[in-house]
Amino acid sequence: MQSLSNRSKIVSHKKMSFMERIYLPAILKGLSITIQHLFRKKTTINYPEETREFSEIYRGMHVLKRDDEGRERCTACGLCAVACPAEAITMVAAERKPGEEHLYREEKYAATYEINMLRCIFCGDCEEACPKEAIFLTDRIVRAGYEREPFVYTKNELVEPMDPDKRIDVSKRQTSAVLEFKKNKNLPHNK
Amino acid sequence: MESWEIIYKIVFLFIILGITLLVAMYSTYAERKVAAFLQDRKGPNRAGPFGLLQPLADGVKMFMKEEIIPLTANRTLFILGPAIAMTTALLTGVVIPWGGDLIINGHKVSLQVADLDIGILYIFAMVSIGVYGIMLGGWASNNKYALLGSVRAASQMISYELAMGMSIIALVLVNGTLSLSEIVDQQQGWHWNIFYQPLGFLIFLICAFAETNRAPFDLPECETELIGGYHTEYSSMKLGFYLFAEYINMFISAAVIATLYFGGYHFPFINRLPLDPNILTLLGSLIFFLKIFALIFLFMWVRWTLPRFRYDQLMNLGWKGFIPISIFNILITGAVIYGKELFF
Repeated sequence: MQSLSNRSKIVSHKKMSFMERIYLPAILKGLSITIQHLFRKKTTINYPEETREFSEIYRGMHVLKRDDEGRERCTACGLCAVACPAEAITMVAAERKPGEEHLYREEKYAATYEINMLRCIFCGDCEEACPKEAIFLTDRIVRAGYEREPFVYTKNELVEPMDPDKRIDVSKRQTSAVLEFKKNKNLPHNK
Repeated sequence: MESWEIIYKIVFLFIILGITLLVAMYSTYAERKVAAFLQDRKGPNRAGPFGLLQPLADGVKMFMKEEIIPLTANRTLFILGPAIAMTTALLTGVVIPWGGDLIINGHKVSLQVADLDIGILYIFAMVSIGVYGIMLGGWASNNKYALLGSVRAASQMISYELAMGMSIIALVLVNGTLSLSEIVDQQQGWHWNIFYQPLGFLIFLICAFAETNRAPFDLPECETELIGGYHTEYSSMKLGFYLFAEYINMFISAAVIATLYFGGYHFPFINRLPLDPNILTLLGSLIFFLKIFALIFLFMWVRWTLPRFRYDQLMNLGWKGFIPISIFNILITGAVIYGKELFF
């Protein structure tokens, strides 16, 4: 049969020579290789003390953004849940009552918003789908755990803090095209 | 024997026991460190500084584990197995000369528990009994894998003990004695036996790897084929005993090799040092331990370099390789000694 890769070799059944049969030269060669590794730089990262360098646009744990006045941006449109290939996102919409204008940006908001982190594949499609710039992936890590229940993150874990100093910076995740788009204050999206 | 001498011997025995256990304990740590370094990793570094408390943590873990004796196992033999393995491993340390003579209050005391005339034979006898520990454990577990592992261990040890014994015969021809302390005394200065018996040393070293069930000859417990080999069914501290006995065996083998081939507690230029004889003796013991640690490192270095032998290759190497070579070695040694007597 013709070889497809041209890399196949014909098995040789040649007798081992004397030097090969006493193994010792090969063993010494192997020992010299392993001893060299003794002095090499170790590749281990001592995790809690050191962390691996993250990419600026790392896709980790999600954040639900607030706008500059501290109002939740999410309007529970459900586009992220539709876009999610792992079906990890679910939400319940509610209508904003009078007097809640300082909490929610528009008349409709998400009463509950849950992401199952065991299902999530961190693809970033939710952030792509979001028309309100409400959800972003950040460079924070989803912590390991012993039970399944805590992995369903609710609004408690996802919404960013009201305090302006504790806001989560997602500017790195916004592409230049998005930033350009945001400059146009005439568009309703940017008002 | 006077009463103080008996007390001294007992105290010394406990010291040796303690040192043996300590070295074996830290061998497990060293093994993991060496393995890690040879594979570009860092190894245990969480328990204590540099992970030095790791052996203690391992020990505590072993004690805390659930003790399981299988229903179908033979209870007596199942418990006897690790006990024999551990006891025989510890017994061999008795005849090894750990150092020269100390002079305390005008009394001359030896840093060797028992200077038997047949020290080498005693070691061989103990090592042979050690096989029973593995065999009994494997048989009593009533498990196919354990049985296979113990059968392998038994045949491997018997095969390699032959070649090992014959390499020792050549050594005895050179030194003219079976007593370990006399063998050491004949190796003062650079007169190490390794220079007179290089082939014998090589055979002895490789057989020592096989005797201690270490890679590349760790077929009795090869985890890829036999799960755990003879200790598949063992748990808790009984398993700990088996694993620990292996490290004690490694320490003792290193000590025996250092004694037989590397001049024991002697080192070159020892007589030129202007020091108190007692300090010189202790320095000699220190040197002896350094030699032992170097050999233990060799054991580990080889383990993390070579892949495991196949079983038929192992038997081929033992019976068709080492036994003819060791007989050849005896012949050559005998001829050289006879020729020396004839012509000089």
